[in-house]
Formats: sequence, C-alpha cells, structure tokens
Amino acid sequence: MSEGSSGGDRSGEAASGADRSGEATSGADRSGEAASGAASAGGALSGADLGRRLRERDLPAAPAALNLVEARRPGGPEEVAALLREVSPAALGGEAPAHVVGITGPPGVGKSSLLSQLVAAWREGGRTVAVLAVDPTSRRSGGALLGDRARIAFDPSDRGVFLRSTAAGDTLGGLAASTRAAAQALAAAFDVVVIETVGVGQSETDVADAADTVAVVVQPGSGDVLQFLKAGIMEIPDVLVVTKADLGAIAESAVRDLRSALGALDARGVEVVAVSSISPARGIDELVAALDAHRDAVDVPARRLRARRRHALADFAAEHGERGLRALAGRREADRLLESLDPGLDVPALRAALEERADLPS
Amino acid sequence: MSEHRLPEPDRPWLMRTYAGHSNAKRSNELYRRNLAKGQTGLSVAFDLPTQTGYDSDHELARGEVGKVGVAISHLGDMKALLDGIPLDEMNTSMTINATAAWLLALYVATGEETGVEPGKLSGTTQNDILKEYLSRGTYAFPPGPSMRLIADVVAYTVAHVPRWNPINVCSYHLQEAGATPVQEIAYSMANAIAVLDAVRERVDEALMPTVFGRISFFVNAGVRFVEEHAKLRAMSQLWDELGRERYGVEDPKLRRFRYGVQVNSLGLTEAQPENNVQRIVLEALAVTLGRSTRARAIQLPAWNEALGLPRPWDQQWSLRIQQVMAFESDLLEYPDLFEGSKVMEGLVSELVSGAREEMTRVTERGGAVEAVGYMKAALVDSHRSRVRRIEEGELTVVGINLFAETEESPLTADAEGGILVVDPAVEAEQIEALERWRAERDEDAARAALDELRRVAGAEDENIMPASIAAARAGVTTGEWAQALRDSFGDYRAPTGVGEAVAGGGEELDALREEVDRVSDALGRRLKVLVGKPGLDGHSNGAEQIAVRARDAGMEVVYEGIRLTPSQIAASALQEGVHVIGLSILSGSHRELIPAVMEALAGAGVEAPVVVGGIIPEADAAALRETGVAAVYTPKDFDLNRIMRDIVTLVAQHHGLAAAA
Repeated sequence: MSEGSSGGDRSGEAASGADRSGEATSGADRSGEAASGAASAGGALSGADLGRRLRERDLPAAPAALNLVEARRPGGPEEVAALLREVSPAALGGEAPAHVVGITGPPGVGKSSLLSQLVAAWREGGRTVAVLAVDPTSRRSGGALLGDRARIAFDPSDRGVFLRSTAAGDTLGGLAASTRAAAQALAAAFDVVVIETVGVGQSETDVADAADTVAVVVQPGSGDVLQFLKAGIMEIPDVLVVTKADLGAIAESAVRDLRSALGALDARGVEVVAVSSISPARGIDELVAALDAHRDAVDVPARRLRARRRHALADFAAEHGERGLRALAGRREADRLLESLDPGLDVPALRAALEERADLPS
Repeated sequence: MSEHRLPEPDRPWLMRTYAGHSNAKRSNELYRRNLAKGQTGLSVAFDLPTQTGYDSDHELARGEVGKVGVAISHLGDMKALLDGIPLDEMNTSMTINATAAWLLALYVATGEETGVEPGKLSGTTQNDILKEYLSRGTYAFPPGPSMRLIADVVAYTVAHVPRWNPINVCSYHLQEAGATPVQEIAYSMANAIAVLDAVRERVDEALMPTVFGRISFFVNAGVRFVEEHAKLRAMSQLWDELGRERYGVEDPKLRRFRYGVQVNSLGLTEAQPENNVQRIVLEALAVTLGRSTRARAIQLPAWNEALGLPRPWDQQWSLRIQQVMAFESDLLEYPDLFEGSKVMEGLVSELVSGAREEMTRVTERGGAVEAVGYMKAALVDSHRSRVRRIEEGELTVVGINLFAETEESPLTADAEGGILVVDPAVEAEQIEALERWRAERDEDAARAALDELRRVAGAEDENIMPASIAAARAGVTTGEWAQALRDSFGDYRAPTGVGEAVAGGGEELDALREEVDRVSDALGRRLKVLVGKPGLDGHSNGAEQIAVRARDAGMEVVYEGIRLTPSQIAASALQEGVHVIGLSILSGSHRELIPAVMEALAGAGVEAPVVVGGIIPEADAAALRETGVAAVYTPKDFDLNRIMRDIVTLVAQHHGLAAAA
C-alpha cells in the first residue's frame, strides 16, 4: 500500500483491516466470513456500509462486497439487499455510471486474450474496469476450475482493475446466481463492468438482461453463430466480434458473411468488428468505439429498468412458483404493478413489493 | 570371435552430466573437474531467468539467479563459462529453448573470439518450444514467432554450423508430464513434423534431406525398461518412414533416429532415495541394450534429485554408473540383442499403431502447434491417472506404496540433507557484475544492435541469427535480447490443460465432497482455493494435479498457471476472495519466494491460510512454517486426497468451524 495517501487507498486499508476482524469474529458467530460476520457482530462492514463505499467509488471495497453478494447463508439476503439499496438508482440519484458490457462466446474463441487487450485499452483511456468472469461448474462434484484469471493479463499493482472469477453454479443461462447483483454493485464504483460468459445460443439472453451492451465473440470459420442467427436460435447481439483477424482472408470473409446475415435480418445497425489479439493487436480501438457507440445509441435507463423488472418477477416466480403468480393475478397484472412502482427501486425492493401485493412472506 | 560378437567393441556414447549453477566461473570449474573425471561432453544447465529471457535484476528473477543452472547474461559470461575448454574439440549440449537463438549466438561469438570458426563447433541447442508449452514452462514468446525462431536456428546452422544439432525434439519432458509411451512417441513425432514444416518454408527444398538429418531427439526412459526400449525402436521406425514418405529423404543415413537421453526423474522418489540408483541403472539399460537404437549421448540424473539440487559427488556417482556400463560390462561387444525377438517386435508394432492413431488426432486438430491445448489436456489426464494408480496400489513404487518401512538413511544425515545449496550471495554478485558490464560496454553500439534486432524480428523473411550474433558482440544482455523480441512478438501464456481434465470419482472422493459441501455451507459460499506458482519455475505438474483434484473434491479453484510475481498472487487472493492459498515451487527458490509472497499477502490484507508444495528439504520446511505457512508438502506426500482433507480442515479451523464428524 505504498500509494496510501489518497482517501480511496486509505479506506482500502480500512477494508482489509475490517476484513481481518471479520474473519476473527466469525469464529464466535459461526457465520464464516468478513462482511456479514462483521455485520452481525455489529461491526463496521455491513452490506449498507459496503454499498455506501462503492457509491463513493471506493474501489478497494469491491472484494468484500463480492464476498457478501456471493454468500448464501441465512441472514445473507438482507445484507445483500441493504448493499444493493445503497447503489440503487434511487440512492445514486440516477442510473449507475458504469457501462456494463457482456462478452460471450464459445470456449477457445479467444475471449480472454481479447479481454486482456480491451482492459488495457480502457485503462489507457483512463477508465476503471471490473471483470466478472463466469465459468461452468462441474455437475458431478459441484467444483469448478476458474481458469480465466490465468489468461487475462493486467498489472497487479493497478487498482483500477478488478477481476473476479465465479462459478456458474447450477443456474442455467450462463450466469452465476450472484452475477447480476455483483454487476449492479460494481457498476456504482467502476467505469466499465464486464460480464464474461461461455456459450452461444442460450446464455446471451441472460447476459443481455444484465448488460447494457452485449458483444458476442466468434472466430472465423465456425459457422454456428451464423446458423444460430439465421435460424433465430440466438438473439441478435449489440456488437459482433470476429477474432483472429490475423488470419486475413478467412476473417474478412467471416465478417462479410455475418454482415450479410445481419442485413437479411434487418439488423444492419449491428457493428461487426474484426480483432486480432496477437501482437501487433488490431481492431481493439474500433471495438472500444463500437461498444461506446452502442451505449450512446441505446436508452440505458429504460433498458436497465426493463431488466430490473424482469429480474424481480423472475426471482419472485422462482421462489413462489405458479401459485405466487396466481396470487398476483397473472404475469400481465404483475407487470402492471411493477410499472407503477418507483423506477429507482432495485431488484430486491421490487420483488418485496410483489410479495407484499401477493401477501406472501419474502 | 564369432558372429555373436562384434569384431571390435562399439565406441561408447557421449557421457554428460547436466550441470551448472551459480555463476559462469564456478560452473567452469565444475565442468573442468567433470571432464577430468572422464566425462566426454558438456551439458549446460542454465538458470530460469536465462532460459526465459530475463536479466538477473528483473523482478521475476528474484530467488532464481544461479539456482537450477548457471546465469549467462552476456558474452562475458559465456566466455568465462567456456574458459580453457577447446570449443573445436568439445561437444556441448545446451538445455535452452525460448532463448536458444541467443545462447547459440553467444556460443558462436565466443568461438570467434577464441579463434574457432562456426564450421568447427559441435553441440546441440534443445530449441524445442512445444514441450515448453506442454510441460516445462520456460517459454517466452507466442507459438508463431517461437516456431519461426526455431526454424531460423535450423536454417542458420545447416548453412553455417554444419556439425551443430539445432534442435533436440523432446519427448523427455512429455513423459515427465505424465505421457504414456504412445503419447510420448506421437506428440514428439508431431512436434518434429511441425518444426520440419516450418523450416521447409525458410530453406531451399534441396536442403531438406540435410535438415532432416540434423534433427535429433531428446528422450526419456522409465523404469519399465523393456517397454521403454520398444518405444525407442518404434520411434526409430516412425522417423525413418516420415523421412522417406513426407520429406523424400533418400539417404538412409540421414533418416537415422539420433537421440540423446536423460532418464526418468518423475519416478525418482524422495522416500528411501538410495533406491533411485537401481532405477537409474535399469533406465539406462533401456537406452543402451539394443545396438540398433542406442543413445548417442547420455546424462543420468542423480539419486537425490527428488530432494533438491545434486552436489558434485552425487553427479559423479551417476557418471560412474555410465562408465561401469560402458567399460566394465560387455554391453558394447554385441550386435543388436533384440533382432528377431518376437516379444520386442510385438511390443514395437503395438506402440507404432497406437502412436499412429494419436498422431492422426493431432493432425485432425491442425498439427502440433494448433493442438497444444488438446495435448496438454491429454497429458494432465494421463498424469492424473498415474497418480491415482500409485495411490490405489495398482502401480507399485517400492518404498512408497510397497515396502515403505526403512532404516534411517546415512546419506541424508548431514546438515543440508544431502543436497547442494546455492549461496544466496550469488544473486547479488551476479546483479552487480551485470551492472558493471552494462556500464563498461559501448552503449551506442548496444542500442544500435538492439534496433537492428527489433527490425529483423519484425521482418519475417529474415533470419534472426546474424543480428543476434552481432548483438552478442555488441554486449547486449539476455534480458535485452528477449525484450526486443517480446516488443515485436508480444507476450504469451500457455494453456493450463486443467479446465478440460476429465472429472474424477471414487468413494473417497465422495466422502471428501460431502465434507467440502458441509464446510462451504457453513462458510456461506463454496470453498474457494487459489493455486499459484510464484517465480519462473515452469514445472506445473504438481500444481495442475492439485487444481484438478480440488475441483473434483467440489472446491472452486482459481488456477493461474505459472510465472507469477508475489504481488500478482496477493492481488488474485484479495480480488477472488479465496479461503485458502496453495503455492508450488520446484526450483528450490522457496526460501526467497515464499516469504516474499507471505509479505505481499499481508500487505494486501489477505488472511487466508497458505500451504506450500515442492521439493523442500525438512530444514527449510520448518523455516517456512515460521513465516506463517500452515503446511508444507513434499514429493513423499503423494496422497492427494489427504492433502485435500487437510485443506478443508485448515479452512474450517481458520473460520472456527467444527471439524469433520
């Protein structure tokens, strides 16, 4: 902590100090870990505190915030809700400032190398970056190998970059249960939040709900994406990235094929960018510009509001099932209720409102 | 004399000892002593910074300078290393890969300065990058540019250093990474094809037979020495076919399978280490017994390799093994012992057909360069199955899973535990000497040479060697040479192979999973472990097996691969919110690196407990525990499930959770 003179850095020390006391107290309250351990012991690091610190763009609060968000213990959800409340549009006085970017594509396509280059480009432009890398979980053991960290290069002393790997767990759709909440929390503090997932065809719907801009990454010569697009199996992404541009003609023809498919689907506005992560890197600045252009073109508050409402209803349905939906007099009625609520509310608050209407315990 | 005997006994193979440590001067003294003892060739071991293209004062070099080999930073070092050794008479093998072009440039420049022209030099640069990605980890550049460097060295030596073996295609390290004999044959042949195809683009087609004839192999031999001998005959057969069919080599002499060997280290044990001597002898038989496929050069490991760095006396013992075989036994007096043997022929054809199938799989994936990820995952799987078979007693290792009881060994009774400990002052001395070298050279000439090097690196159709030799003469350092190339080629991290490993099972693992589930529930989220390799050591087998087993036990595993700085490990541990950290070091630099990691973790406010695995003498283990390391595992702790149970218990205790019922 040699550059510990800035306020942010000092609170970083505070965070780790509290972390330590959290770990120490956990023995007594058996709740295990930093944030909520300290919180339930009445310590300084409650979900609300972490949320406030993120709101103040205190980047060193990120690890403890994610430990909390990922936790699934009794008492956890209230702390998570408290954290999210502090970074909700209502608390922030508007949408979180970050550009939330979803990056998805099949394994081995070069997402990690691409991310190394993107992170460097964003940092060069003075933007802070958080990456949430989601890896599949073994169905057999429940364990997971989180390999992305090995492949995404960044300077460990740079506090403007935060990388967290998560296992998808048993959820479908490529996202870990906690990813949406994690992205929301980090979006208050970082300039760019990346959600990286593996897959093509199913997962980008989920990512699309969590991100402002979704980039699907493909490599030249793999026809799957083209077929999926044409057949309507996958939704049209916001940006298409073709890797391995160093392959020259093959990459160029892949770009052409994708462009003509998009044209046929009446989606000419979707940019197709060819990149090469092999030195000398190519296309990275163009990709940064394409991502920014999409964000500028899209109504981010509306997109996020829609996503929050969808999440709240999905969470509610997952918890209370068809019976719960019947108690709300059906999905359409539920949508109407959600639309009538304060647009600044976060997902847990929206869900609580649904539960209140249905007269169900949360 | 009869037809059962040769008219004249054969000349023995080249006898070498893989040696070098500390600085050039001390290594030179060692070489001269070894040559005086009857060693007939040199085998230079370089330290990890030299192998990966970093100067001794680079952050990543910390703790590694002069450790597993000699530090060679510039022409002055190379001259000191070879001082008094006539290069036109010596046959020097250099275990150098990513930076092979550079070390060869230094060797050529040293020859020039001592009046030996390049045409008179003989020796070998290992110069095989694919096995570095697959196993050994001392790569520096991405695959494309690395293959180009290899091809450049081949093209240059064929024209200018005709007695040089520009590449040793290595199957050795594949076996060390767990390869079965079939995989060892198939992947090394596929590797050789990739190299030859790359060279074909850079030389005149008429030269290809000569090029083919200059390719040699560096193989391994394990203790199952009959099958191992069959493996070499199978390689010989496939190589001959390849030369004839793929590269149109007419002259049978140029199609001969030429190989040097270092016998197996993977099978050497830390427990009852004296047993390793018998293993080494049997393994040496595998590469000498059959005259038609006999090794041209042999270096034997020392009995105590699993304990730490061997001392000169330990290495002398291994040299004497070779000398007894060659000069006392009647080994060299007969024609090929296995000609006409049905058993041998059967074994060979079994291996050849297995290897052909596996080579087809590599070809289908676009050849060896494209298939690195596939081969790596296959090796991780093979190694895992080997470890499991030892654990379950299917594969006998005397002193480990059978006859484990032992008397106290007098061989390891001295204060250092029977190994060589490099003087920690070496690093500071080397850095000081390097600074002096930089200060005393003609800076403008060095800068100009580096500019030229960068230009050539960017010009794909030019050969890197002339600019490298000019840079050697101009006083450029190893780190500067490699950095100039990194600027042009970019950095690279090889695939870890662990993500694709097949999921394991078994009753014991089921019980372990339940315990992981229980502790994870109590923690609130799944038990998360960081597995990391600090420093330049690229031997990642152990770390990979730990990572895969931890996943199979139900943990979330952050595995970052090799070559991490302490600050990278600390940043990862903090950002990932891991519950426990496992570090692996095999290069002997744990004394410097582990405390540095502990310090970085404390600085980042990470409280997660740390366990360490590696070739760590007991005296050092105690010192590591004092710096806060919770547990130390060495090669004798082969029971991975036990290590997993320990880790779960450690995390539970750290968080004040009740121990397992």
